[in-house]
Amino acid sequence: MNESTENTETQKASEPKADRFPSILTIAMVLLMGVLFGIVLTKSEVVRWQRVHDMFLFKEPFMYLIISTGIVVAAVSMLVIKKLGLKTIQGAAIKYEAKPFHKGVVIGGTIFGAGWAITGACPGPIYAQIGAGAWMALFTFAGAIAGMFLYAWLKPNLPH
Amino acid sequence: MIDFIMQPWPWWFSGILIGLTVPLLFLLAGKAFGISTSFQEIGAMCAPGKFEYLKNFQWRSGIWTVVFALGIMLGSFIAAGFLSSAPVEFLPASFVSVGGAVRLFIGGVLIGFGTRYAGGCTSGHAITGISNLNWPSLVATIFFFVGGLAVTWGLGHWIFAGISP
Repeated sequence: MNESTENTETQKASEPKADRFPSILTIAMVLLMGVLFGIVLTKSEVVRWQRVHDMFLFKEPFMYLIISTGIVVAAVSMLVIKKLGLKTIQGAAIKYEAKPFHKGVVIGGTIFGAGWAITGACPGPIYAQIGAGAWMALFTFAGAIAGMFLYAWLKPNLPH
Repeated sequence: MIDFIMQPWPWWFSGILIGLTVPLLFLLAGKAFGISTSFQEIGAMCAPGKFEYLKNFQWRSGIWTVVFALGIMLGSFIAAGFLSSAPVEFLPASFVSVGGAVRLFIGGVLIGFGTRYAGGCTSGHAITGISNLNWPSLVATIFFFVGGLAVTWGLGHWIFAGISP
């Protein structure tokens, strides 16, 4: 369990450990959380192009309120987890693997923001739009995969 | 109660649930909430060995990111199909066109390239990163908005011509 909590979010596995499939329980819990999160994304309307567009136009505070509420609730929850020393249901320690700073955080972040504004979707909503049958989002998804391959190809030449 | 669920949810209710996703995913599965890593996972599954970025990726343990993405699709299908009293308009109708497809594809490339270069997206950086007091994630989030605002206010008239009502 411990090895699967690490290396998942990091760009490069600094100290490689055995790459194992997660347990069935973990997969089931991830699927459950994915379904719940997909319901929230759609019911909250953050998956709507118009909501994202109005956010960038400062037309309504809706998206800003949702994102900041989410951050505050998550931050308080993480404090509670740390204070009480809570573990996962499989008994493993809970540890946030810090994402490092490099030039890509600024350059890549700006590029992603541009894509977010054009498509009205960040990665989660792309999946939500497809799942709900907004089939044009398949173009967004195809683009995202192409963009990922573009990064994989150019990575050795990009400033980090 | 039923009525509350069937309507679009208020911001505070949605915000609380999105925030709770972070601790719940940690407690139930030991995973840090984030979505754009699933792109890298798909790349590593489809073309292992082509690029170092994908070759070094531990796709077996990373398979959960794709499971999470499939869950999001299923959840959204349920929400739009069974938990909404009115149809949800995801994309404006004008996107159903060749021009719309081109815009979405190009925007998608920017999303895939940008999130992987930045190491995360709105979930991994903005929600999970900031809530864990990871300062590079705050920087990333600020620049998400720099990019989005620049496009919307700078190139908006050209890109969004005929889309925005």
